[in-house]
Amino acid sequence: MLDIRGVRKSFRKPDGSELLVLDGIDFTLGEGEIIGLLGRSGSGKSTLLRSIAGLTPPSAGSVIYHGNEVTAPPPGIAMVFQGFALFPWLTVLENVQLGLEALGLSTGELHRRAIEAIDLIGLDGFESAYPRELSGGMRQRVGFARALVVHPNILLMDEPFSALDVLTAETLRTDFLDLWSEGQLPIKGVILVTHNIEEAVLMCDRILIFGSNPGRILNEIKVELPHPRARLDPAFRDLVERIYVEMTTRSASVPAGRRTEYFPGTGIGTILPHVSSNSLSGLLEAVAAAPYNGEADLPVIASSLHMEIDELFPVAETLQMLRFAEVAGGDIRLTTEGRQFADFDTDRRKHLFARHLLTYVALAAHIRRVLDERPVHQAPWSRFADELEDYMPPAAAVQTLRTIIALGRYAEIFSYDDEKQVFSLDNP
Amino acid sequence: MKTQHASARLSHRFSAIFWDLVAVLLVLGMVVFLAQTSRDLMQPLAGPGETVISLEPSGLPEYVLRTSLRMLAAMVLSLIFTFTYATWAAKSRRAGQVLIPLLDILQSVPILGFISVTVVFFMSFAPGRMLGAELVAIFAIFTSQAWNMAFSFYQSLRTVPTELVEASRSFRLSPWMRFWKLEVPFAMPALVWNMMMSMSAGWFFVVASEAISVGNTVVTLPGIGSYIALAIDQRDLGAVGRAIAVMLIVILIYDQLLFRPLVAWVDRFRFEQEADRNPPRSWVLMALRRSRWVAMAVVPLVRMWRWTYRAGNDGASRELARTARNTMGSGVISWLDWLWYGAIAVICAVSMWKITVFVLQGVTPDEVGTTVFLGCVTMVRVFVLIAVASVIWVPVGVWIGLHPAAARIIQPVTQFMAAFPANLLFPLAVSGIVVLRLDPDIWLSPLMILGTQWYILFNVIAGASTIPGELRDIGINLGVRGWLWWRRIALPAVFPFYMTGAVTASGGSWNASIVAELANWGDTTLKANGLGAYIAEATAAGDFHRIVLGIAVMSAFVVLINRLFWRPLYILAERKFRLG
Repeated sequence: MLDIRGVRKSFRKPDGSELLVLDGIDFTLGEGEIIGLLGRSGSGKSTLLRSIAGLTPPSAGSVIYHGNEVTAPPPGIAMVFQGFALFPWLTVLENVQLGLEALGLSTGELHRRAIEAIDLIGLDGFESAYPRELSGGMRQRVGFARALVVHPNILLMDEPFSALDVLTAETLRTDFLDLWSEGQLPIKGVILVTHNIEEAVLMCDRILIFGSNPGRILNEIKVELPHPRARLDPAFRDLVERIYVEMTTRSASVPAGRRTEYFPGTGIGTILPHVSSNSLSGLLEAVAAAPYNGEADLPVIASSLHMEIDELFPVAETLQMLRFAEVAGGDIRLTTEGRQFADFDTDRRKHLFARHLLTYVALAAHIRRVLDERPVHQAPWSRFADELEDYMPPAAAVQTLRTIIALGRYAEIFSYDDEKQVFSLDNP
Repeated sequence: MKTQHASARLSHRFSAIFWDLVAVLLVLGMVVFLAQTSRDLMQPLAGPGETVISLEPSGLPEYVLRTSLRMLAAMVLSLIFTFTYATWAAKSRRAGQVLIPLLDILQSVPILGFISVTVVFFMSFAPGRMLGAELVAIFAIFTSQAWNMAFSFYQSLRTVPTELVEASRSFRLSPWMRFWKLEVPFAMPALVWNMMMSMSAGWFFVVASEAISVGNTVVTLPGIGSYIALAIDQRDLGAVGRAIAVMLIVILIYDQLLFRPLVAWVDRFRFEQEADRNPPRSWVLMALRRSRWVAMAVVPLVRMWRWTYRAGNDGASRELARTARNTMGSGVISWLDWLWYGAIAVICAVSMWKITVFVLQGVTPDEVGTTVFLGCVTMVRVFVLIAVASVIWVPVGVWIGLHPAAARIIQPVTQFMAAFPANLLFPLAVSGIVVLRLDPDIWLSPLMILGTQWYILFNVIAGASTIPGELRDIGINLGVRGWLWWRRIALPAVFPFYMTGAVTASGGSWNASIVAELANWGDTTLKANGLGAYIAEATAAGDFHRIVLGIAVMSAFVVLINRLFWRPLYILAERKFRLG
């Protein structure tokens, strides 16, 4: 029904060179299938979804829908957005009618189909409400109704439940699955982008696991559990565990020869995720304490700390980069220094942290060396930002510098004045 | 139980009829008003020497009506300009590169400058008829309204949330439909706010735009502006008082019938989606909304509008194919870009040369130096006035902002003061200066900021009322008092808001300098040396070389001060002091 063939996407950097975000994406969506694109932020899965929707053309390769190449949003493919994307100045009914109006239907037909979709999705009684009067769950229901009302063949969902609280998200998921398995929906296939492993296992028939830099499909996992699926079912847990193992081992073994390794911190071109010293010591303490005593199963600790993989993985991997922990096979295990860190008081923690930061994070050592060499012991932000932009997109460079500033300040290896945008060795 | 229900339905029906009547009265009144005032347009222009204006109070209602219609016409023109110019600038990268700086310059050109340069052109449109003169006046008012509206619309177009753009593309809305369903609604709140500011600016220049005298061309249009001009000419303080009183009423009516409903209506277009606030209300809007007749009248209009969406539907795919191509062939663009920049450079050079030649035909290079010096004098005046106004209004504004009860009463009053054309009060001040024999160089200056100081006050009030309760509590908790409290809590918190007010006040004061630095009272002329007086004198004499020179120097001053002084300060304020 939908063929994605060799899709590749790159963006042009200011200096004219190309930055590759997606490479060699191949898969086919069959009739009656829900496919999950599972990966962490930065793995290009949202970009891929936008290419499929015809919102942004791929740099190479093609998206074939019913035999035709997709170059503009085709009729028959509708999308549900992470942030709902409702028009705040339109009522629920008007929002739902929006897609129909573009089709040029008569007023009567317009109204009839909109009411039908509203009833189907459980929004009756809310027709005249404005989005600002609704809860998040109700808003996303409007998002679904608006997508379904145009009777699409394929529904694209971009992390549709991630902006909702846990309970609401679960209700919406089961409601959707009920409608889907009862055959009440006009759609014949779904592509779901998510970074929630359990959500993927709960909803999908096939899960494509994405790796980062550039985004690519690492593995494909078939989910053959019957609906409705129960989270506590051992087969379900096994599958979740298997995906965790898959995602942690793969991320550790990045193909050699690439300049922008995510991990481990070998060059200054490493993109640092957005983590704080508090979350680092928090995870160290949690793993060091009972009942884990220094070694924990990632899915278990994720659910006990109420963290999704998008939050947990960056922290765990930064700990690995700092040699405070090892992450492999879906487990996290503290090193000797990691255990020491958890036992130490603030001052000794800072010393240990500073030593590891300077030894294992090349960017920290680099900044420190530049500051040491300069007579005034100062260097502007742009000095490092420009350098990093040779290896990564500008936004990633900003994020990396912000992270290293936060960690460097905690370790007291340098200081930073945000008003003057200057790094220095002053100790205020 | 049943009777209660029936009576409730009965009273509901009565209330619906009541609102119907109110709405119909409002609509009919509007129609009659438009018809009556537009009837006179084709009348021949009064010959020189004929008096078209009388100072009798009985003439005032008619003058007010005609002035109001002019204002409305200019507002409609400004809206059309806004929707086309700003959209073009936002949609086309190349057009934007030229149109936006151009808008910046146009905004800094003193409004009187437009009149003196365009009066002959417009009069030739319909020689000897009122229409030509009306066009001059409407265009003058337009120039005081259009620029900031276009700017705000452009900025809104550039900041439409990506997800909404994606949603509207994914649901295949045509560009026409996207414009009206997404872009215009999103821009609406800021646009209405700017329309209100524009309206105030228009009132301010109403005198200048109705009683035009550029050299030998003298135009007097019946209207409240001409009425005041005549009152000044005849030293009739009573007539000036009457005009002020009428003006107060007119602004109140405008507020109630036009802007209050607009603000209440536009509230639904605000993008932030919190529910727990008091939305603005308006009885006029309520009447229009509750009336069934209005609802019935609106249905066919909605139908027609929907039809235009369908008609423009097939544009969507074409537009998309174009964006796709644009992102692909980025290599081709660069030489086209060079061609484009080259063309702009040539045009700039030619017009620069033309202007220089034109100006130097009439004035010596020495005089250019003099105008720059006069510009410095006016600049000093503006800065001193802003400083004085700040010292007075910042503490007052902070105090009011921290007392919600006081703010509720005073905030609308300050907005009203800002809308009131302060130059109507000039005659009172000028007659005082004449009688008391004060030095005009000093005492005319405050007139420049009379109308614009309120922007400082109401922005500071708004800023102070947003200081979080926690921040104030911690101040009390730590015993932060006196000067320390001002330095650490109050001033930083209101600083970004103060900057917005000060920038507006500064721009307005430059514009007002032309009216304020040269003032008449009967046949006595008072002059404060400055660039404003220079331009005003040149305009009165019809000396186009000096007018162009004066305008060019003033525009340069305003642009430079904005770029080198206000913008860096503004960015600092946004970066450092914005709460949350």
